[in-house]
Amino acid sequence: METAHKTIFTSKDLETDQEVRWCPGCGDYAILNSLKKVLPELDHSKEDFVFVSGIGCSSRLPYYMDTYGMHSIHGRATAIALGLKTSRPELSVWVITGDGDALSIGGNHLIHTLRRNPNLNILLFNNQIYGLTKGQYSPTSEIGKITKSSPIGTVDSPFNPIALALGSNGTFVARTLDRDPKHQQEIYKRAYHHSGCSLVEVYQNCNVFNDGAFEIMTEKDSKPFTTIFVEHGKPLVFANGTKGIVLEGLKAKVVDIINGNTEGLWIHDESDSMKAYILSRFFDNDELPRPFGVLYADASKPSLDGLIQAQLKEKRIDNKTLAFNDLLKSKNSWEVQ
Amino acid sequence: MSETTKREQHVVIKFAGDSGDGVQLTGTQFAETSALFGNDIATFPDFPAEIRAPIGTLPGVSGFQLHIGDNEILTPGDTYDVLVALNAAALKVNLKFLKPNGIIIANNDGFDDKNLRLAKIDENDNPLHNGSLDAYQVFTADITKLTKLAVAEFGLGNKEAERCKNMYVLGLVYWLFDRNLQHSIDFIEKQFSKKELVAKSNIKALQAGYHFGETSEMFGNRFEIAAAVYKKGTYRSINGNQATALGLLGASVKSGIPIFLGTYPITPASDILHELSKHKGFDLISFQAEDEIAGICSAIGASYGGRLGVTTSSGPGIALKTEAIGLATMLELPLVICNIQRGGPSTGLPTKTEQSDLLQALYGRNGECPLVVIAASTPADCYEMSYMAVKIALEHTVPVMFLSDGYLANGAQPWMIKTLDEMPEISSHFIRQANDSKEYQPYARNADLSREHAVPGTPGMEHRIGGLEKENITGNISYDAANHELMVKLRAQKVLNVADTLPLQTFEHGNKDSKALIIGWGSTFGSISTAVKELREEGLDIAHIHLKYINPLPSNLGEMLQNFDKVFVAELNNGQLIRLIRDKFLKDAQGINKIQGQPFQITEIKDIIKHNLQ
Repeated sequence: METAHKTIFTSKDLETDQEVRWCPGCGDYAILNSLKKVLPELDHSKEDFVFVSGIGCSSRLPYYMDTYGMHSIHGRATAIALGLKTSRPELSVWVITGDGDALSIGGNHLIHTLRRNPNLNILLFNNQIYGLTKGQYSPTSEIGKITKSSPIGTVDSPFNPIALALGSNGTFVARTLDRDPKHQQEIYKRAYHHSGCSLVEVYQNCNVFNDGAFEIMTEKDSKPFTTIFVEHGKPLVFANGTKGIVLEGLKAKVVDIINGNTEGLWIHDESDSMKAYILSRFFDNDELPRPFGVLYADASKPSLDGLIQAQLKEKRIDNKTLAFNDLLKSKNSWEVQ
Repeated sequence: MSETTKREQHVVIKFAGDSGDGVQLTGTQFAETSALFGNDIATFPDFPAEIRAPIGTLPGVSGFQLHIGDNEILTPGDTYDVLVALNAAALKVNLKFLKPNGIIIANNDGFDDKNLRLAKIDENDNPLHNGSLDAYQVFTADITKLTKLAVAEFGLGNKEAERCKNMYVLGLVYWLFDRNLQHSIDFIEKQFSKKELVAKSNIKALQAGYHFGETSEMFGNRFEIAAAVYKKGTYRSINGNQATALGLLGASVKSGIPIFLGTYPITPASDILHELSKHKGFDLISFQAEDEIAGICSAIGASYGGRLGVTTSSGPGIALKTEAIGLATMLELPLVICNIQRGGPSTGLPTKTEQSDLLQALYGRNGECPLVVIAASTPADCYEMSYMAVKIALEHTVPVMFLSDGYLANGAQPWMIKTLDEMPEISSHFIRQANDSKEYQPYARNADLSREHAVPGTPGMEHRIGGLEKENITGNISYDAANHELMVKLRAQKVLNVADTLPLQTFEHGNKDSKALIIGWGSTFGSISTAVKELREEGLDIAHIHLKYINPLPSNLGEMLQNFDKVFVAELNNGQLIRLIRDKFLKDAQGINKIQGQPFQITEIKDIIKHNLQ
């Protein structure tokens, strides 16, 4: 829902008087800056944005944005945001969360929020580590990882957040990365304009406790070969246009592109949930590049807040005092004279 | 055919059968009809936690106790005058509370070999025939067979036909108490409006039971219980969960602030969710969350947006909500948390009553986290107290815990309806309009320490709040040592300030010069009040104080207690309020405690007091 008369504001208007307390070099700065660039370009006025976060490094973000915001408790931001959004559907509500916050302690709320499809934008900062508690493994840490709480390596298999979101019937599932501000901004705008629950996984570097976790996907030399940026209606091409993906049955396969001929390549279709699931599973195969972009978007499913408002509108009683007093008496009341 | 009529001032009836027999419906119908007739009533449904416990067994027995009278009735009664037993297990479980020479109405068909075996009674030792019930008036009938015969013309299946026997029994008891069938006929027609044959069969069974009472000359006499004398007004029958739902809704209408109910189903609180979810016309959002935590957190999000957040649960669920209650305390937002207590700890006794969550309500959070705690004393009082919970939450910008319990939740009484014009005004502290006059400070305070909350969407007042300690006035994050102590004390004082707006405590019975004092809280009101009334009639000058506001306590309570050397605290737990009384007033109080999942019997309270005062 868009506000009728948007008041103009700039990125600078979004600055707060609070000192940003992330470690120098943290990927969170880039995400904050991208959001500050995007917000003024959207259709809501500044006072109509709300950032709700849980606990963790990422969850400090609301303090650094001069919009409305709540820094809540661990894992529960999605539930709080759902209550806010369904109560005030005209607001633009964003959830800022991390891999521990959203996928570990808040996992239950995340999957149920996705299936219910309230019109929220969930930004999941995934750095594959617990940063605020100083370096324990997270539910997205790779198996065998050595951390303070796993001195001889983790034995927990990690979550694949994109597959989880698709499995939870998420209607907008995307991935971006901190080191690519332009791509981030594009994806945040798409998430904002999606009517329904948007889940954006943001690969984010924790340079203190898990430095370089996504290095091969962000460094200039390796990035073209380890990542693929998908766009609706376009073939899956990577490695500076030299490689592409074909779909053989349900299996994705890397092929060489000869003379720029992309015929036969997998054409990305955001609305295809089956293909989106296969894309999400590139995660399991190191031979395949990691997909970024809008992997799945289904605008056909009504939003939870829309459905709730429709019910309220249908049942709305004008004179509530009169109706309430009648309600008290409606169940077999009797008069004593 | 001449029957005599026996006038009684009050009678206690217990309907008991297998949990699949529908005795809860029989009892509810009898209660409603009696209330409509003008009797005062108190009811006590008592059923197993299993939806269908093994048929015919002792744990599978479901009961509905009903006390009707021609004057004020405050409890469902200690012992029964009439026991309706639909099977052998129901008789065995309930016989111990039947008065000497009390009436037993037994279904012969529920005493066959199989039922006796399931009730762990020797097949050759049927209590209906072995003389063991000689001290009672026993009336038996083949209720199952008679029901099936009565409804045979409608061609229902065997099981469906048998299921009408609760209506047959209802008809029989209606005859015994000379009651009109119309209310139940209307009920059946409405209930089965889409199943004509079932409706017709149930009505036929009801009428057949009634006629059997008349023609069989089964009973020597009928009972007559005159209508009670009520103040002029409009009345209805209401149970605690209905009253809680209506109190919350009424306060929402009065304040003009719509409810967001975020709740996860749990016994015995779910009926509040069921009731409120019917009332979306009042702009009410009811959200059945994925768990208890999401229930309260979504409600907090709604309050943050300018609605009234409400969550309803019972002890185990409240335990899960604990951290979020702390958040609401830090955010200083209005929120109502209803705890319909049950036996604990852990899963405990889901369908049984207990008052054992008081300390949890008062202290069960991390950090210094004071919470307003209030408790309803009767089913109808749930209306006023849940209304007050909303009023306090909105006017003081605090979370409030409203305590009820299984006994209040399911117990019913006649209630003189209080429409909204008779209820107090409610104000709130939401800012929804831009205000250029001064800079908005989220933690600037009013005289009573409440704060003004600018809801999202209000231009020029953008701000951030959260669970981290915040600087006084600005609300910015602060780890400053002195500021933290200041904020802890401000939040505590803010809760204490609620007492300034509460009614002063009064004595239910006696006065400050009485010989001894008994203090109670919550659902024990009826038992304690009746016990004290009877003791006073027997010449013991006992005073009774019943607390509805527990944190903060009424400001005059200390003064009221001052003179007493002998103070009893009666509660359905292992001693919780007593700790508070000892702590606050240094009184050497003595506990009267029961932890059996059952309400106090009047005699239990009387006996302990008498024993101690001799």
